[in-house]
Amino acid sequence: MQKKLLLDHQLFEITIQRLCQQLIENHSDFNKTVIIGLQPRGIYLADRIHKTLQKALGQNIEIGYLDITFYRDDFRRREKPLKANATNMPFILEDKKVVLIDDVLYTGRSIRAAMDAMTAFGRPTLVELLILIERKYTRQLPIQPNYIGKSVNTMQSQRVQVEWQIQGAKKDKIWLINKAEAG
Amino acid sequence: MTGLSVKNLLGIKDITSHDIELIFETADYFKEVINRPIRKVPSLRDITIANVFFENSTRTRLSFELAEKRLSADVINFSSSSSSVKKGETLLDTINNILAMKVDMIVIRHASPGAPHFLAKHIKANIVNAGDGTHEHPTQALLDSFSIREKFGSLKGKKIAIIGDILHSRVAISNIYALQKLDAEVMVCGPNTLLPKYINTLGVKVELDVKKALQWCDVANVLRIQLERQEIKYFPTLREYSLYYGINKKLLDEVGKPITIMHPGPINRGVELNSDVADSDAAIILDQVQNGVAIRMAVLYLLASNKTPLN
Repeated sequence: MQKKLLLDHQLFEITIQRLCQQLIENHSDFNKTVIIGLQPRGIYLADRIHKTLQKALGQNIEIGYLDITFYRDDFRRREKPLKANATNMPFILEDKKVVLIDDVLYTGRSIRAAMDAMTAFGRPTLVELLILIERKYTRQLPIQPNYIGKSVNTMQSQRVQVEWQIQGAKKDKIWLINKAEAG
Repeated sequence: MTGLSVKNLLGIKDITSHDIELIFETADYFKEVINRPIRKVPSLRDITIANVFFENSTRTRLSFELAEKRLSADVINFSSSSSSVKKGETLLDTINNILAMKVDMIVIRHASPGAPHFLAKHIKANIVNAGDGTHEHPTQALLDSFSIREKFGSLKGKKIAIIGDILHSRVAISNIYALQKLDAEVMVCGPNTLLPKYINTLGVKVELDVKKALQWCDVANVLRIQLERQEIKYFPTLREYSLYYGINKKLLDEVGKPITIMHPGPINRGVELNSDVADSDAAIILDQVQNGVAIRMAVLYLLASNKTPLN
């Protein structure tokens, strides 16, 4: 299988640290800021960012998981039915600042659905987007991230695979894979 | 992931245990949705659903309508008492007229067993059976099993006694199918006259003594005496039925073990269930009602999720 390493373990960790520093610059003590990881794959990144921020700041930061399945715009337009995941939002978003977190930004449609889904939990004062891998020139909606781990040029026939140690991979790594060969 | 194995939900008999698990899993997520500050998702916003009720209903109809609205579907309601059915229109004509108005799904309740199956043979829209005579009431059985699962974690090996008017109960039949597909043990209990002749073919235990049934079971699903379906007398008086089969606190105390009490509603208080039981902590009757909305959301969502080209 032909695949290209986008981020190795060491660079992965440095990227996480840098993203956290950028967040701290803008949100200082996270007094009014909450973190929301998008199901299914954004929650691992959200957990890692959350853990790193709490360690750096020495205080509790609120985190939630948001599932966007029921808000997607491709319901009834796909061959396979969509599988839902658990939403766990132990707070309301009224007057909060929100950092939405997902691993890969591609067409932007998930983020649109996420912004729609979020409104069921109140009206936040600010919403920002943090992405580990931004695929350039592939957006189908006017959505741009505020915090980017790494921007890459990709083709439609490729996909980005994020491997998490916490999910059983040997090391945290990110690959660019040719779809046809990935099967 | 694969979706449901069926296009219509006509009965529990026709669906697989995988279907039931999928509905439960989806209902878990919808239960979270209906407890949010804003209890609504846009999934079915381009779908129109007709609730066609040829028989009276409070809970089921409200529950379906709420489920549809929580999914953002457009809803139209039809009840036979105020319709042209009284003028002699056939079932198929009525439904075809509703479908001509571009309706995508039909939720139907009808007094004749098999009415939804008949429709399924003739129309393309998705059909959900909301009770057909004495035959099946699949969403009730799903929400009953879902409520037991919620309380115990799993139904496997759990002992469920269905007590009361089994003969006229679509809830009983659908429940038996659902519980067996989920590996629970099932017993039916009631006076001999209210047990169907073919009950032995369903592979359930049969008990005539309600106290013995209660001693056996973990969960008692108590059914209403359906006087409206009884053309002859099956027992001398309601008072006598209540004396022999009514469940009250005294009887439960005598049995002396924790039993979860369920009832699909409407309760005839003082007949099959006394208020000292219906309103006690052992009863999960109102949980059943809340779960009903989540289950119906899951069923509608999953049936609607097949790919449909836009016109």
